[in-house]
Amino acid sequence: MKKTYKIDVDCANCANKMEEAAKKTPGVKDATVNFMALKMIVEFEDGREPGAVMQEVLKNCKKVEDDCEIFL
Amino acid sequence: MNKKQKKMLIRIIAAAVLMILFSLLPLGGYVKFGLFMIPYLVIGYDILKKAVKGILNKQVFDENFLMAVATIGAIIFGDYKEGVAVMLFYQIGELFQSYAVGKSRRNISDLMDIRPDYANIEKDGKLEKVDPDEVEVGSIIVVQPGEKIPIDGRITEGNTTLNTSALTGESLPREAKEGDEVISGCINMTGVLKIQTSREFGESTVSKILELVENSSSRKSRSENFISRFARIYTPAVCYGAVALAVLPPLFRMLFMGLSPEWGDWIYRALTFLVISCPCALVISIPLSFFAGIGGASKEGVLVKGSNYLETLSQTKYVVFDKTGTMTRGVFEVNGVHHNVMPEEKLLEYAAYAESFSSHPISRSIQKAYGKEIDKSRVTDVQEISGNGVTALVDGTQVAAGNGKLMKHLGIEYQECHQVGTVVHLAVDGAYAGHILISDLLKPGAKDAIHELKKAGVTRTVMLTGDVKAVAEQVAEELGINEVYSELLPADKVSKVEELLQKKGDKDKLAFVGDGINDAPVLSRADIGIAMGALGSDAAIEAADIVLMDDDPRKIAKAIKISRKCIRIVYENIYFAIGVKILCLILGALGIANMWLAIFADVGVMVIAVLNAIRALFVKKL
Repeated sequence: MKKTYKIDVDCANCANKMEEAAKKTPGVKDATVNFMALKMIVEFEDGREPGAVMQEVLKNCKKVEDDCEIFL
Repeated sequence: MNKKQKKMLIRIIAAAVLMILFSLLPLGGYVKFGLFMIPYLVIGYDILKKAVKGILNKQVFDENFLMAVATIGAIIFGDYKEGVAVMLFYQIGELFQSYAVGKSRRNISDLMDIRPDYANIEKDGKLEKVDPDEVEVGSIIVVQPGEKIPIDGRITEGNTTLNTSALTGESLPREAKEGDEVISGCINMTGVLKIQTSREFGESTVSKILELVENSSSRKSRSENFISRFARIYTPAVCYGAVALAVLPPLFRMLFMGLSPEWGDWIYRALTFLVISCPCALVISIPLSFFAGIGGASKEGVLVKGSNYLETLSQTKYVVFDKTGTMTRGVFEVNGVHHNVMPEEKLLEYAAYAESFSSHPISRSIQKAYGKEIDKSRVTDVQEISGNGVTALVDGTQVAAGNGKLMKHLGIEYQECHQVGTVVHLAVDGAYAGHILISDLLKPGAKDAIHELKKAGVTRTVMLTGDVKAVAEQVAEELGINEVYSELLPADKVSKVEELLQKKGDKDKLAFVGDGINDAPVLSRADIGIAMGALGSDAAIEAADIVLMDDDPRKIAKAIKISRKCIRIVYENIYFAIGVKILCLILGALGIANMWLAIFADVGVMVIAVLNAIRALFVKKL
């Protein structure tokens, strides 16, 4: 399942770091951050609850870039 | 500017004023340190905070850390002014970047400002504005002049002129009348329309296009991936380099050369290194260039599904076309009247009247070419001779219209046409009166399109068609296409494209241009699939990598030119940014570059790269 989330982040490198962090989160099959459109597209592994996974993604993103936001 | 940016601007101005003021005062010792800490903290407190948080989260090598180390280092050396200045310029750079990116983001979304905000539904004689998402299929919506059509559907009442420029980049308005299918995203210019919706909003053209454009920069190009990888290696490499620069040479001097270590000098050089090291210029300008390129293209009615396709398109050397619907209009029209013994209009009038009871496409094209209302009472004694033609009395005059067999059957000598197409011979009062040539017309601009492509560096143009050889060859010759393969079935087209793919060099790319409806397999097999005239066709939008919103084949060359410009800018930025950085790193290591040059290498390069990236948005004159 794929879902798109609006994000807020200031720099392009930070967006890259968010993408890395999201990809490494358990339950995430693949993630792409589109800095220009300020969007994060997350593909979840089968049978995972997106809401719960996204909480983890947000936590991991906050770790690499304090000044970011994902609108869940 | 948003609130965040305004706050930053105030901080920058305050810190700059304080810094200049304090450097003019004759200060010394702890007073100087104390005073300079004010602008330093004003401008840099958030960077310091982020650096500390980064370390706590085990994310050591980021720009905040680099800036914090470099400026604190400078302050420890007593270079208070430089410490503040580095932080100040770093923040100016960040502000500029966020402003520029925000601005181009808005510019590009304005270009694609086709999202309708509401739909009008008539209720008890009054118009009510509702969310287009809530309108069910088959509802009647009302669109007033000046409003966007929110949902695809069919006009049930009213006629108007539609402005499709937001979708196609084509400024010529389109006429629409009762019974016509209309697509969402067009602007209704003149009359009030009632439209019966044929799709949900989410399935309508406008939603599909918006989705496509918004997701386009998510498919990353090779250059973008290269930059991500580069940044991941580059930043730590420079940091270790800086540590080595600070420690090794002094040790070497001390132990092996018996010189004084000069720790201060080498640490200063290492700090310069750190300032230069930020990869921002690259990391921001490359995706920005692609984003601007895709935005510029969509303004011209060329939708690109991802940065990777823009990259591939720029390397296109082979362009393979479908014929019908791509280079030709795909509809039959009267192409000429030859050997006529009477004025063309008169001949067409006779033909149109004789054929007025037939609904065959050929008859319809003659009636259309005649262009006037047909008064059927003028026609009597219509006799259809199946497969051959028709004879009739028009205003009492005997008219026969049909193919060569009909003329032979009637014993009338006729002239063969030397052009390719369907020929309708005409005999009036038993004497040959000339013939009408009906064929699939070339699109206006098809010839220019091939010419433009060749000028744009496409080496081979190939046409594939299911049509007969004679027609295909004539069209190819007229257009100036190098190669033509005719009488192909859809499966043959795929194998032909595969053959061409094998023959070409690795670096040359092959683009296939089709109308998207029956060419889906070929579109996906080619390196890059371009669908034409895709307005309203979901199949085309699905299958193709690049979608030309209108029918104009000239847009193919334009798309290639846009992609070339964009890729050129990308490479300019890569070479420029990496070049300047490496140069400054070398100068820094040698002790020639000071902190000020380092700031230029970081912020200056980024500003220049961002400005250069925005150029990709301007594609009008290509």
